[in-house]
Amino acid sequence: MSEKITKFSGFKLKQANISIYATIILFIILFGIGSIMYDNFFTTQVFANLFIDNAYLIVVAVGETFAILTGGIDLSVGAMIAFVSMISADLLRKGVNPVIVIIFVLLVGIIFGTVQGFLIQKFKLHPWIVTLAGMFFARGSSYLISINSITIDNPTFTSLSSLRIPIGFESHISANVVISLIVVAVAVYILKFTKFGRTVYAIGGNENSAMLMGLPVAKTKILVYTFSGFCSSLGGLLFTIYTLSGYGLHCNGMEMDAIAACVIGGVLLTGGVGSAIGPMFGVLTTGVIQSLIMFQGTLNSWWTKIAVGMLLFIFIALQRIIVIRNAKRKTVIS
Amino acid sequence: MERSKLKNIFSKFYSMSIFWPLMCLICIIFIDFLINPGFLKIEMKDGHLFGSLIDILNRAAPLILISLGMTIVIAVQGIDISVGSVIAISACVSATVIVSNGPVILAIAAGLFVGLLCGMWNGFLVAYIGVQPMVGTLILYIVGRGIAQLITDGKILTFTNKSFIFLGTGYLLIPIPVYIAIAVILVMYFVMRKTSLGLFVEAIGVNREASRFSGINSRKVIFALYAICGLLAGLAGLIICSNIKSADANNAGQWLELDAILSVVIGGTSMSGGRFYLGGTVIGALFIQSLTTTIYSIGVPPEVTLVVKAIVVITVVLIQSPIFRKMLKTNNMLSNYKAKKVAKI
Repeated sequence: MSEKITKFSGFKLKQANISIYATIILFIILFGIGSIMYDNFFTTQVFANLFIDNAYLIVVAVGETFAILTGGIDLSVGAMIAFVSMISADLLRKGVNPVIVIIFVLLVGIIFGTVQGFLIQKFKLHPWIVTLAGMFFARGSSYLISINSITIDNPTFTSLSSLRIPIGFESHISANVVISLIVVAVAVYILKFTKFGRTVYAIGGNENSAMLMGLPVAKTKILVYTFSGFCSSLGGLLFTIYTLSGYGLHCNGMEMDAIAACVIGGVLLTGGVGSAIGPMFGVLTTGVIQSLIMFQGTLNSWWTKIAVGMLLFIFIALQRIIVIRNAKRKTVIS
Repeated sequence: MERSKLKNIFSKFYSMSIFWPLMCLICIIFIDFLINPGFLKIEMKDGHLFGSLIDILNRAAPLILISLGMTIVIAVQGIDISVGSVIAISACVSATVIVSNGPVILAIAAGLFVGLLCGMWNGFLVAYIGVQPMVGTLILYIVGRGIAQLITDGKILTFTNKSFIFLGTGYLLIPIPVYIAIAVILVMYFVMRKTSLGLFVEAIGVNREASRFSGINSRKVIFALYAICGLLAGLAGLIICSNIKSADANNAGQWLELDAILSVVIGGTSMSGGRFYLGGTVIGALFIQSLTTTIYSIGVPPEVTLVVKAIVVITVVLIQSPIFRKMLKTNNMLSNYKAKKVAKI
């Protein structure tokens, strides 16, 4: 963490960033393999589709990153997506103005996250338990609205869903992609250049030291979950626009995908190490694997899970090597 | 004299870790009794005992097994979120053996062995490679269901082998899974409380470095704990798949890891490791299962189960939180003080 504060020194590899570089290189290699093996793989559209299909996951993973950076975790994100999709579908069906729906849904996410953060911070409850309960609550509540899937035919949402922004090379991206990229950019800015962001790293490094340094630990820890709640509700909104439906079973177990994306993107689960851009590449890498398996055609979808798991293993091993090497260096110095 | 002795016993019981989980369990069973007075009735029908309580015990058996495994893993500051996937793998493996007309013993052995293997993989990652438990077990959580689907080729396997089904649905006065659960509880109790292993576990949970200096081979112990956890998950997988007479790679044991973690926490074991309470965990698992059964029996739509579970869990955890209790106390004191003041005036 202290390395991050030091000035950027040329092209020297920073220890904490190796994992991110590795992810980016792996992403390029996988994409390259696909381009060599399949004729239509190497197009901008396939690349853009990675973003279109995973925009919501990128947003959620960014929120998750904040929670993990403080050494916590947010398990409620997947259920939150289902909840948000259900609320917006239900409200739109009743003819509520879409703008109000969007604002309301985001508010729900913010409040939800804040309550979780409050419980975690104020009563020193374990984030696992609180967000687990949050997950049950969100999923159960979405079933309370309706057990069946609701389709959305609101003109604003459908036009948002089919909106395509050309980016040249005869390819296009959706509005979702733009939003997700903005979220990533904002998150990178917050983590790198604001007091709040630095406090997040400090808490992840050592909560007690952060407290002794006079940093607003309690406030930051609550805000982190607020941000995560906001991101998951925004991700839910993107997912709703993407699929144009609300369903209580949406994104079942997706919280683990978000966590896996964070790990592949170089965020240490003990907190304190990682960046907001890493998880994006984590998501993209899993996305490439998915499209590779899709292009291959004969492999079953469960191979995706196995491949992602293998990847996780490789990255975890890599992280361990880095940590062990660092520890060795430190002992030499001392 | 007599009274103070009674009070002493009560305060001793009150300070015991098992007090709160037990109170919760008693509360929920009492609520059940109020709603449906026939709840506590246990009948004898053709040599079997029937009743809601027996039903809860029966259904809670797999959860108890997993929660016990989870307890010892959490005690060393770990966590095993892959148990649901391990259940799916073990269920699919043993179902494959049964479907291809293999002997029952082989099916059981295969299921247990696969569970043990998964546990050893987790243990290897956590203890020897030094991966954080959550990440290490996340791998198997994701891959596990993929592997299970690979074994069954994506199909749901159903079988009618009588002797294998007996494991999950059979009765000897009470259901067979209850016997298995009791046996495992006894063995775990013996191993963890009557041998030095339990002491090692608590020592590692409190301070791994210190335990290393005092000569405990913490790696070996942690590895063993994860292996045991996997083995128990394998056993639970066998019970679950023989109970529903089929193995479904996607849905077998889903959410069970979360229920198990909840049982452990409700049972009073802290997520930050150290002291662990096997009895509390068993009570916690029974509590979770009775909660589910209650929700079903009072006619609430099953979809609401999750919401109720969430609220109950948060309440229970809050009650257990010392800070919350302190807050309640100070509030009480404040109001008492105010009342006194008013009375004086």
